[in-house]
Formats: sequence, structure tokens, C-alpha cells
Amino acid sequence: MSLLKRFGRSPPAVIGLLLMLVVLAAALLASTLYPDDPLRLAGRPLQWPGANPRFPFGTDPSGRDIAAQILHGARVSLLIGSVATVVSLGVGILIGAFAGYFGGWVDDVLMRITEAFQTLPAFLLLLVLVAVFGSDIATVTLAIGLVSWPATARLTRAEFLTLREREFVQACRTLGMGHGQIVFREILPNALPPIIVYAGVVMASSILLESALAFLNLSDPNIASWGNMIGAGKGVLRSQWYVSAIPGVAILITVLAVSLVGQGLNDALNPRLRGRS
Amino acid sequence: MTAVLELRGLSVALPPGADRPFALQDVSLSLQRGRTLCVVGESGSGKSMTAGAVMRLLPDGVSVSAGQVLLDGTDLLTLPEPAMRKIRGARIAMIFQEPMTALNPLRPIGDQIAEVFRTHTDLSRAAIARRTLALLEEVRLPDPAAALAAFPHELSGGQRQRAMIAMALALEPETLIADEPTTALDVTTQAQILHLIRDLQARRGTAVLFITHDFGVVAEIAHDIAVMQGGTVVEQGPADAILNHPQHPYTKALIAAVPPLSHIPPPRPISPEAALTITGLSKEFGKPTRFRRAKRLVRALDDVSVTLPRGGTLGIVGESGSGKSTLARCVVRLLDPDGGSIRLGTTDLAALAPRQLRTERSRIQMVFQDPYASLNPRRRVGELVAQGPMVQGVARAEAFDRARELFGLVGLDPGAMNRFPHEFSGGQRQRIGLARALALRPEVLVADEAVSALDVSVQAQILRLLADLRERLGLSTLFITHDLRVAAQICDWIAVMHRGRVVEEGTVAAVFGAPQHEYTRALLASVPGRGWAPPGI
Repeated sequence: MSLLKRFGRSPPAVIGLLLMLVVLAAALLASTLYPDDPLRLAGRPLQWPGANPRFPFGTDPSGRDIAAQILHGARVSLLIGSVATVVSLGVGILIGAFAGYFGGWVDDVLMRITEAFQTLPAFLLLLVLVAVFGSDIATVTLAIGLVSWPATARLTRAEFLTLREREFVQACRTLGMGHGQIVFREILPNALPPIIVYAGVVMASSILLESALAFLNLSDPNIASWGNMIGAGKGVLRSQWYVSAIPGVAILITVLAVSLVGQGLNDALNPRLRGRS
Repeated sequence: MTAVLELRGLSVALPPGADRPFALQDVSLSLQRGRTLCVVGESGSGKSMTAGAVMRLLPDGVSVSAGQVLLDGTDLLTLPEPAMRKIRGARIAMIFQEPMTALNPLRPIGDQIAEVFRTHTDLSRAAIARRTLALLEEVRLPDPAAALAAFPHELSGGQRQRAMIAMALALEPETLIADEPTTALDVTTQAQILHLIRDLQARRGTAVLFITHDFGVVAEIAHDIAVMQGGTVVEQGPADAILNHPQHPYTKALIAAVPPLSHIPPPRPISPEAALTITGLSKEFGKPTRFRRAKRLVRALDDVSVTLPRGGTLGIVGESGSGKSTLARCVVRLLDPDGGSIRLGTTDLAALAPRQLRTERSRIQMVFQDPYASLNPRRRVGELVAQGPMVQGVARAEAFDRARELFGLVGLDPGAMNRFPHEFSGGQRQRIGLARALALRPEVLVADEAVSALDVSVQAQILRLLADLRERLGLSTLFITHDLRVAAQICDWIAVMHRGRVVEEGTVAAVFGAPQHEYTRALLASVPGRGWAPPGI
């Protein structure tokens, strides 16, 4: 039975996938529907959604088209979310896998480093990194990835700690496999389900972290990110709340889609759950 | 004589979609005062469900669909839950397989036993304390006063089981249900616990429903026997009749699968040539390292020297903690020994550097104990078997050809190579594990408790397969087991281990027939049902 069919059997996963497709479509259609720079001044500021047919979502305090920014912002959010997640998972899995698999002093050293990162609040660390290295979009993305790996590392380590004692891992060693092969080809696929689900959380929190930075005017001001939009609306939050609310809903939908797809993938990928509905 | 507990036409339905509609079907049993009824069966026979149905402790989605459970004439199935709570513990008590998980790890033993009194009686604190201490004395815990304050992890497995029995007997129940109470214990401890149960029963006249898969234990303790298969009782009657004159074909097959201790297969010629020579091997755990302080030092292997003759089977027997598994793991270099040599031909495995070791590994292969944990659940079984040769540089197509051949050799359908491990039964998985080990064409096979987790009929099949492969491939096997019955069937030479040392070794006939060391004698005396010779069927 195909992966798709198993995935399709769970309604939440399908809803998540549909939402994800909507966000992806928004990102892909951005240049076609709004070929101009989304940050250019498009009309009179603070027009309510629907008031002017040219601006279905209205305009923000600077007179920029909110709909154009939402579509272009989808690209930015997805890009930041996925790249930061890849960075975070890459670092986290690598550190967690080696710590859990080798144990002993390797584990001690790697876990002390992880703890050092964890004792600092992620957002504060992110602020420091952005303050030091600047706030263009590449730096921000990388910085977000670098502050959010400790939890992935701990999760991976915990999985590896239990899996490495399993007899199938010992069997691999008696066959003469190298450590790299055992860690990445034998243990990692078994450790992945919780990590895949957690990747959804990392992606969601990456998008939120970027929004928070943007809200404080610390993210890249030259791009149309949803966080920047929320930030732009904070001055008129009580009268023209839609300026912040519309990108807020966009973030909510994206985060929800990512989480649901992550959970659905986990259920579909796990061979032990096959045959159960 | 009247029945204390009687099951009449009891049927238990499984949720739709299970492998069969009923967990139990029309089960009728009767338990007499002062007698032990053994319910025997293999895994999935419904024997534990029987206990669950009586205690109303069935898993979710499983429910009694017909029949009665009569305790002194009252149908327990019709009682409301509060009334049932008064019966559990007070009139029917239960002991479980794994005392570590059945006891609360965060509370002292004495407190947990006292809780039974607090729940069911109005005794004063002082009276409860007295009764608790008396109970611990009655189950013969070595230091009852200290055991009162001890936490479960501070006691040994046998002591924990004694504490569980004390708790079960606290309110002097008429009926005791014991669900595999000695399965997790060592054979000498098992003998003590069985003795204790028999003794307490004789003194108190308790009726015991004893659930087990082990016919040796049955022979040791049963007055009456009920044999279960697939949720039905296929045969029941007095112990002597069932054990020595079984009528039902399934009972006959089960009893025939029990390895007899009295009929040791005729000795095979032992080659003077050694396949594997272990000399002065030692291994200690808990030594201090640069980063960690010393823990309790355990000498797991203490100057162990044994020789595995070419084409022969060397059995390493002993109880848990004797070092036999450590020996197996040192031999295949899953552990690095502290000293000594492991000579395979002219190579000393103990002295090999990691890089050399990886290529030499194919010469010595291991079959693991747990058929559920030893196969990577995310790989197809064909690949699992072909993996070893591929790691050692054999081309993929050739490795899969070899795997296909091995599937046939171990009695599996090569067409099943594309399936995942969870689609196979325990016995089939063990065959896959065996095929994986053989795929590298090893000179020496190390089997670490390879048949211990299997049902007795499956165990017999795997033992036959091992014996057959030994003949066909000329394999030399290091066979680690705690089960002396199994060892007697398959081994040519036996080494008895105790606390990291080999205390006695010799041919099977010598070790079993005329044991020299007192530990060997104690071990042999503890084998359950040693006085019973399964009838030749």
C-alpha cells in the first residue's frame, strides 16, 4: 500500500495538507498576482478590507497592499521556517545522535554544550546574534536555526539511548558495520518519528521567532514578512486591528498546516501502525 | 469436596478485527480447596485472560460474553464494582510474573503490605505492623525487619516475589491466582518460590490457580491440570493422568516438545581440534574512568578458560549474573575484555584493533535472545539477511541470492523476503535471526539464550533446526542458556558458570550424571519437574 494512501486515511493530515497547499499556492502565485514590489506604496493608507476592490485585504499604515504582502510573506515565512528547521534538525540530530550513541565522555561534552545553549533563553540568544551579525534575512534564518537545536538534540539523544541497547543494533555491530552506518542507516530511521513530529514544532516556532524579531523591528526590514506586517500594525492595533490580525491568521494557518502534516507523516511512515485505522 | 472457584462455560469476546473472535470460548474449570490447578498453554492460548476474567481485570475492549465465575456459589460477573473490590485481595489474591513492575517502586515493602490491611480491615496501626512482620517471616525473607523498610529495588527478584506473595496472602484469601509467578526468576530461586507456595498452601488450605507455560513447573506443583489452546480447554484432569497419559493430540505434542532431562541424546564424537579457544578471559564492570568515579565493582568474568571443539556445541549454563552473557558478548567483541585471549584459528579476537576486527567479524556470528528486538523493525527481512554480506563487500545481487538460499535453509518461504519483521511470529523471527548470522558463513555461531523467549513447541523446532544445521554446515556453536533441559539436548560439552567463574565443565553425561561441584548439584536439583520423565509418545 502506498504512503499516500495511508496518509490520506487520516482526516487531520488531509486538512493539514490542504492548508499547506494553500500556503504553497500563495507563495507560488505571489509574483504572478502581484508582480510589483509588495513594499511599494500602493494607495491611501489604512483602507479597510473590502473598502476598495483593488485591495481585498486593505492597506497598512504606510499605504502598502496587505494582500500583496501576505502572498509574498508566505514565501519568506516558508523559506525561513524550512531553512531554520533544516539547520536546527541538522545540528540537533548530529549532536544528539553522537551523544546518545557513543555515550561516555562524548555524551558528557556534547550535553554540557547543549545545556549551555538551553540555559540561555532562545529569544535572548537570538537577539544577541542578530545584534552582533546584523539582521539581513540569511543571518536571521541561520540564527533562528542555531538557537532552536537543543531540544532536537535532547530528543534525538533520548531515542538513541534506548535504541542503541536494542539487540538489532548489536546485531549490526557483529555484522561488522561501521559506526556511521549504524547511526545514520540503522538507528536514525527508528528514531525519526518523534523527530519528524517535532520538526513541525521547530518550523512553527521558527516562523514565530522571526515574527517576534520583526515585531521588535529587528528582522530584515527590506522584505515582506508576516512578522514585519504585524509589527507595522502595532501602532493602530485598537482601531485598524485587521492590519495585525490578517498576517496573524496567515501564521496560524501555516503553523497548523505544518503540525498536522508532520503528525500525519509520522503515522503513515510507521510500519507498525500499518493495517490499523 | 466442593469447588471454591468455578468457571462455567466462560467465553470472553475480543474486539472486532482481532485475529480470532473469542479470547476464551466455553471454558469450564473448577478449583478445589487445598489443591493447585495448573493452567498450561503457549502464548496466545488465553491462559492469562482466564485470570483476568476472574479478577475482572480484562484489557480495554475485551469483555465476558457468556458464562459464570462462581466463588462459593456467588457469580462474580453479576457483582457491582464496589462488591468486586471487596473480593479482590481479600478472597481472591493474585501474584504476577514481574514483581518489580507489580510493586510500587517509591514505597517501602512494609508500607505496601500494610496498605492491604488498611484498605480491607479496621485493625490498629500496631496490629497491622505485627501482622505485616509476621507475613514477611512466613514467606521466609532473610531479614524480615529490614525488608519492611526496604524499597523494591533493594531486594533481589526472588525476595520481591516473596514480598508479593506475602501481600497476596495478607488477608488469608481462599483463592490465589498466580500468573507465571516464577517465569522471570532464576531456576534455584524458582525452586524456592515453588516450594514456598506449596508449603503455604498445605498450611492454609488455599486453592491455587497457577498459570504457566512450563511443563516442568507443572510437574512440580500441580494437583490438577487444564491444557489450553486457542482459548479453549482441550484437556483437563488430575496431574498424573495428564502428565503421563495425555489423550489430546495437542497435549501430547506439548509434552513431547519438553526436552527430557532423563534421556540425554547419545554423545557425538568430539573433535580434538579447537574452533575457538578462550583463555584467561576477564571483564570487570564499574571501574573508574577519567571522568567518572568508581561504582560498585563487579567481576563479570574472572579468568574464564573454555574450548569449543570444531563442529561441536559448547553449552555455557548458569543463572543471571553468572557472567554467561558477558562471555558471549566478549567473544563477539560487543564488549572489550579486560584481559585474556579469544583464539579463533590463529587470530586472537581479543587483541584485534577495531579496523581489523570489522573484517574478521564475519567469522563469528551471534543469534540473539529476543526475536522482537533483534531485527530492525524498519527494514525488510530479506535486506536484514543480505545486509551482513553486503557490509563485508559482497555485491547486492549475490547477497540477496544468498539470503534467498538461507531462507530456504532455515525453513522460511523465500517469497516472504519483502515483508517487515513485525509480520512474522516469534519463532519465524528467530529463524530470520539465524539466517542473518549464517549469511556471513561464520566458523563459530554464538547463540545467546536463542530459544529462551520461545514457546516450548517452537523452541523444539528451533533446537532441531540448530542440530540439523550443525550436521549440514559443520558449525561450531557456543550455546548460552539458563535452561538445563535445553542444554542437555543440544550440547556436547558443558561449562557451568557461577559468579564469573567456570566452576565445572565436562561432557553432558558427566556434568548431568555425576556433578562434582556443589553449585552444579544445586542447579540440577532446582530444575522443575526433574523427577518427571515425559512419556515417550
